Amino acid sequence: MKRIAIGLAAALAASLSIVPAMAQEKIKACFLYVGSKTDGGWTQAHDIGRQMVDKELGDKVETSFLENVAEGPDAERAIERFARSGCAIVFTTSFGFMDQTVAVAAKFPDVKFEHATGYKTAPNLTTYNSRFYEGRYIIGQIAAKMSKTGVAGYIASFPIPEVVQGINSFILGAQSVNPDFKLKVVWVNTWFDAGKEADAAKALIDQGVDIITQHTDSTGPMQVAEERGIHAFGQAFDQIQAGPKSQLTAIEDTWGPYYVKRINAVLDGSWKGGESSWDGLKDGILSMAAYTNMPDDVKKMAEETQAKIESGELKPFTGPITKQDGSEWLKAGESADDGTLLGLNFYVKGVDDKLPQ
Amino acid sequence: MGIAESILLTIATAATPLLIAALGELVVERSGVLNLGVEGMMVMGAVCGFAGAALTGSAWLGVVAGILAGAVFSLLFAFLTLSIATNQVATGLSLTILGLGLSGMIGESFVGSAGLRLPSLHLPGLSDIPLVGKLLFGQDPIFYMSIALTAGVIWFLFRTRTGLTLRSIGDNHSSAHALGIPVIRYRYLAVMFGGACAGLAGAHLSLVYTPQWVENMTAGRGWIALALVVFASWRPLRVLAGAYLFGAVTIGQLHAQALGLGIPSQLLSSLPYLATVVVLVLISRNRRLTMMNTPASLGRAFVPDR
Amino acid sequence: MRIELVKRPQQSALFSALSPFIALALTLVAGAVMFSLLGKSPVDGIYYYFIDPLREQWSLEALTVKAAPLILIAVGLAVCYSSNNWNIGAEGQFVIGGITGSILPVLVPQFQGPLLLPLMLVMGAIGGALYAAIPALLKTRFNTNEILTSLMLVYVAQLFLDWLVRGAWRDPGGNNFPRTVTFGPDAVLPKILPSQDTANLGIVFALLAAVIVWFLMGRTLKGFEVRVLGASPRAGRFAGFSASKMVFFAFMLSGALAGLAGISEVSGAIGYLQPTISPGYGFTAIIVAFLGRLNPLGIIAAGLILGLTYLGGEAAQISLGLSDKVVRVFQGLLLFFVLGCDTLIHYRVRLAGFGASKAARGV
Repeated sequence: MKRIAIGLAAALAASLSIVPAMAQEKIKACFLYVGSKTDGGWTQAHDIGRQMVDKELGDKVETSFLENVAEGPDAERAIERFARSGCAIVFTTSFGFMDQTVAVAAKFPDVKFEHATGYKTAPNLTTYNSRFYEGRYIIGQIAAKMSKTGVAGYIASFPIPEVVQGINSFILGAQSVNPDFKLKVVWVNTWFDAGKEADAAKALIDQGVDIITQHTDSTGPMQVAEERGIHAFGQAFDQIQAGPKSQLTAIEDTWGPYYVKRINAVLDGSWKGGESSWDGLKDGILSMAAYTNMPDDVKKMAEETQAKIESGELKPFTGPITKQDGSEWLKAGESADDGTLLGLNFYVKGVDDKLPQ
Repeated sequence: MGIAESILLTIATAATPLLIAALGELVVERSGVLNLGVEGMMVMGAVCGFAGAALTGSAWLGVVAGILAGAVFSLLFAFLTLSIATNQVATGLSLTILGLGLSGMIGESFVGSAGLRLPSLHLPGLSDIPLVGKLLFGQDPIFYMSIALTAGVIWFLFRTRTGLTLRSIGDNHSSAHALGIPVIRYRYLAVMFGGACAGLAGAHLSLVYTPQWVENMTAGRGWIALALVVFASWRPLRVLAGAYLFGAVTIGQLHAQALGLGIPSQLLSSLPYLATVVVLVLISRNRRLTMMNTPASLGRAFVPDR
Repeated sequence: MRIELVKRPQQSALFSALSPFIALALTLVAGAVMFSLLGKSPVDGIYYYFIDPLREQWSLEALTVKAAPLILIAVGLAVCYSSNNWNIGAEGQFVIGGITGSILPVLVPQFQGPLLLPLMLVMGAIGGALYAAIPALLKTRFNTNEILTSLMLVYVAQLFLDWLVRGAWRDPGGNNFPRTVTFGPDAVLPKILPSQDTANLGIVFALLAAVIVWFLMGRTLKGFEVRVLGASPRAGRFAGFSASKMVFFAFMLSGALAGLAGISEVSGAIGYLQPTISPGYGFTAIIVAFLGRLNPLGIIAAGLILGLTYLGGEAAQISLGLSDKVVRVFQGLLLFFVLGCDTLIHYRVRLAGFGASKAARGV
């Protein structure tokens, strides 16, 4: 019955398509999520981006998504399903979807693919990423101003370059205020486990840090900070609800403008593959939540730093910078190139941890 | 608050949900039933606890909701395995799948909303004693419930006639039935007790540990509780020790990292499971010990013959 | 007691045939109710779940990729369970098989040639078998409960893989991401036919294993031994069968098949090792084994049906906007109905005690 209905619909569509000057058909934009779209972190930030597409381009674009897709064969099947169901552009929003996106992109040259945080491209596949570390520099400065013990705690997920960039940028920002500032790092080996992240926050606080930041996605650490009366920074999301007295600011992932820009490029035919985009604060792919719970002079400093980063006057990874082992990384005035940053696998001076290798 | 005291407090918080869920499962297994659905019942307790608190505005009602949710959800398992004799392993696994899905559906509208925290005890004077004050007199109510529960389970299993009957059912359901003991009724109640405990453990997660609801927030703690029961060779006091040991390893691992010691975290994380296997081997080598503790009819379906 | 079971003198042939259909019908009814409650058309919901994935070739091929590991593992488990050996650690054996099978392509990437793949598969199967031998050894030597040891060893295997791909086996050119190098072309499990889209030899292994085990169980002395020892260890001993040899046989056979499934998945569907290589196949296969009623041919059907619910779930997510939680609830319901209906094969159900009306309300 259904098949007949579909056949009829197809016939109808075919006969209609002969008629010229038909109203423009909507294109489909599809999103693949590794987590739940309401995870309060990484995936939800992407889904809010998708909703922005719905809102701004709703008359020309229809979006769909698949959530909680495991990295591996399930992802490949899901991407293929997207490609076959008429998606014009597919966004795959986890590093672990990389090889599967590459494989499906090769099979469907007419579909456009964008893979977040990866490094493999193709004629119909681009990568996109966000310079999260720019925000980390600002919160590092705030931390150094607000901390009394001179030690901050960092709850980290996995030792990939993106996370190492964040740790280094944070300590560089902090040292620009207080050269003796120290940082303790705990690796929880998960992106999302509220309980474990909260435990890590407690461990760090017990060892004398009085300010915590995280590169994991739950609000567990923020709740601990609120309970113990210390300060913390939100991650991916404005977490002020979990820490009304604790949150100083949050680094918010704001993918929406990027998605709108890229889908517009598909609509007007200017979309090109093979590229890697790495936007920062100035492009609006990340933004800082309101600076709160801090004195005015700290807030002013943060706003000035943010303005300097946005204008390009300040690049966080600019020498002189020494590595953790004491050797020189960047000479005075020299800035790190993107290639080095994308493969970053060492700490700068001041990090009290051994990078898991 | 000193560092030692605060580490102990953290360990207690991490151990409490494991202890409660494991005690419940211990009673279930002592009755001869293996319910592998602890994770599913726990996550149902977590979501219903959170929802109950959010809807009524009372964290205590949330706790009640969590307990009820676990108990009611376990009835599904009880009905299938006890009334119509389905395979316990398969049914328990299915219960976990269903629980994870159902909790996600129920919780969808609660994601991201601010949670209620069950307030901690505070006794002026007593709670402020250095070192032990907060540990003994300043924790969350569920912590005290977990300790009382341990004592209660010990008393029930080893000091009451009903407890003795329950254990005899676990050891040999056929002869218990022959003696006129209502095997199925006992097991129903045991399974529901296990469900209620798992529900309470879940409510601890969403109302005390991290007062929020996120999908799959149990993150495998139900499976750890199952492991603990075996680790403890079905003895409640050893469950208590095991839960705190497990909490200590988890928390100690984080402290080792914060101190900058480079030990692979996976090695530390796998220690409790390896230890469980070793303990299992040790207790099963000694036939007398095994006979004393392992419920002999664990996991076997029982159908009373006419 | 309100429901009373009376054991049938022998399995009911009628219900053996009928019970899957009753279960399916009940699931469809429950699904329709659930879809209606969620404000979706029940007809559409059921269409997308069970029919849509079967309409196109690519989707059928994807189904074989999803079902192959489930069938392969479940067939081995069927032998275990039929002989009364409760191996629930297939997930761990799957992971270890994936690891041991990957030793060559990861550590000796320059080694290529037609020998590579067969070696990998054999090493994967051996790895799985040896890992499964641990609970077997503990059971026979120390009388340790195998349900629990095999379950504990799952976690150890998963953490071991995690440690490997984050440490010693990490791809040096992979920007510190936790994964190994991508396997060379000779290390990849080929498609059934070169023209195939995704369907690889995994499903062929699964079908072969099912047929071989079916023959083994039904037509050979070994199969008779399995069933006798499973039904009554004492009777088995009188017949001269060794129970402890059977423990090893069952565990190592199922471990080898799980290990083979593991390396097939890694080599055919993923192409490298990563921290998680299985979305719970080893546990889902337990359910598949029971759905297929421990009969290898039934397991083929059960694996395909369970695979279908995953694919159908995705179709329903995209087309109807149903959340993926509904998918899992639906699976859970299906399993409960199947498990429940199978009771009818072995037992006659009588409502007793307080009368039928109360029983209907009860529990």
